[in-house]
Amino acid sequence: MAKRDKIGVLDLQGGVHEHVYHLQALGIEPVRVKVAEQFDDLAGLILPGGESTCLIRLLNIFEITPKLKAAHADGMKIWGTCAGSILIANEIENDKAHLQLMDISVNRNAFGFQLDSFNTKVLVPKVSNDEIDLTFIRAPKITKVGENVEVLLKLDDYIAAAESENCLATVFHPELTPSLAFHKYFVEKCGVTVTSDLTERPDRTSWMKYARYTEVSK
Amino acid sequence: MENNRFELNAQLAQMLKGGVIMDVTNPEQAKIAEEAGAVAVMALERVPADIRADGGVARMSDPEMITEIQAVVSIPVMAKARIGHFVEAQILEALKVDYIDESEVLTPADEENHIDKSKFSTPFVCGARNLGEAARRIAEGASMIRTKGEAGTGDVVEAVRHMRQMKKDIKQLCGLDQEEVMPFCRDNGIPYNVAMQVRELGRLPVVNFAAGGIATPADAALMMQLGCDGVFVGSGIFKAGDPASRARAIVKATAYYNDPVKVMEASKGLGVPMVGINCDSMNEDEKLAKRGW
Repeated sequence: MAKRDKIGVLDLQGGVHEHVYHLQALGIEPVRVKVAEQFDDLAGLILPGGESTCLIRLLNIFEITPKLKAAHADGMKIWGTCAGSILIANEIENDKAHLQLMDISVNRNAFGFQLDSFNTKVLVPKVSNDEIDLTFIRAPKITKVGENVEVLLKLDDYIAAAESENCLATVFHPELTPSLAFHKYFVEKCGVTVTSDLTERPDRTSWMKYARYTEVSK
Repeated sequence: MENNRFELNAQLAQMLKGGVIMDVTNPEQAKIAEEAGAVAVMALERVPADIRADGGVARMSDPEMITEIQAVVSIPVMAKARIGHFVEAQILEALKVDYIDESEVLTPADEENHIDKSKFSTPFVCGARNLGEAARRIAEGASMIRTKGEAGTGDVVEAVRHMRQMKKDIKQLCGLDQEEVMPFCRDNGIPYNVAMQVRELGRLPVVNFAAGGIATPADAALMMQLGCDGVFVGSGIFKAGDPASRARAIVKATAYYNDPVKVMEASKGLGVPMVGINCDSMNEDEKLAKRGW
């Protein structure tokens, strides 16, 4: 078995480029994970935002699910953002749970419609000493956590961020904001060294550099 | 912190990247689409192939039908308003649809002006055949673009043509000296501020999906390899022999568009595709993609 020293981003659907860019800003060269064999040397895997029903279907069709769970059991830590947090939850209200890797209950699309998407700025003491911008896009809510799960952020009537020994769940999208704090937090949780001391990504529309139709020479 | 509505709307589109948005006409189809792994559904009364066959005026769908679809799926629900019909758009916003498609598939309500999308909180997706059209829609407030293929034909040729045109326009714009940008904008009807963003990014400043004429997993992978961020499939799924399998296959091929073995496996045994209309045999005035100004 290879050494688990890399960070991966599940690259099937959703906000993949955004996570890749944030990790690169921290000096990490992430693995874009398309097939299960790529789990072998991962210390951590990010499940990006996207549509949870689409992601789970692809994970199951391509038989990635059992290998993902095996890699997790073998020490690969997982961070689920938005849809990703739905995937790892032990319980989904009014629906069947998927990967069941973290003892949390999630209410999918608790905020309802796109008109309910919003930004806010808060302090998450364990993650950063500064206030962090948070972006919620048709977000789920974490409604309950088990005893081995620590709440990192509570807002109004719900939990927005939580962690267990091997998982991190955020219902918002740190990869859509300039702040690198959550990415740094997760990378270090995985025991991988962050080499950059940037706290914000260099530019705001960064994901597009991976999806250019033409090279820009600057 | 102030909500930046345009940014939030563009970011919802970012979360749809790499996914398939499917046209559905009732709650049963919407469930099939969601089960197959669609990232969103487009609720409409008739798929483009039927609009084409039936003729007459095509309008916004019955709000009741849209509400029924919203009730059965958890993925985003989009719906179409006629070009320039801002009251249909107001109704769709009142329904809290997640995205409004100002669409040439419906009969245009205004032959000169598009909706002032900046007035709305609900995001808009608009069609475009070239950079000028896309840039004008973005300047009007669209937070997502789809390159126009020829809807309801099952022929991918127009989608390819317009994606290639878009890329060609962008390459040309990015290669210009700064002094040449303004005349290029004038000649191509491109708002200057959008042109400057495109020059910086090397692409459209919002997510761009392919739409129109996509009927097979290979068509979807083709549009992805040409640089689209995702695909819309309209008549291609529910006009085919086995919609559920075809929907799943197109989702697979879109996610693994760069993996020929997986696209090949996705293409196996799907039954009869939609019959289709060859775009070359159509009269120019039958083409829906020409609507939009």
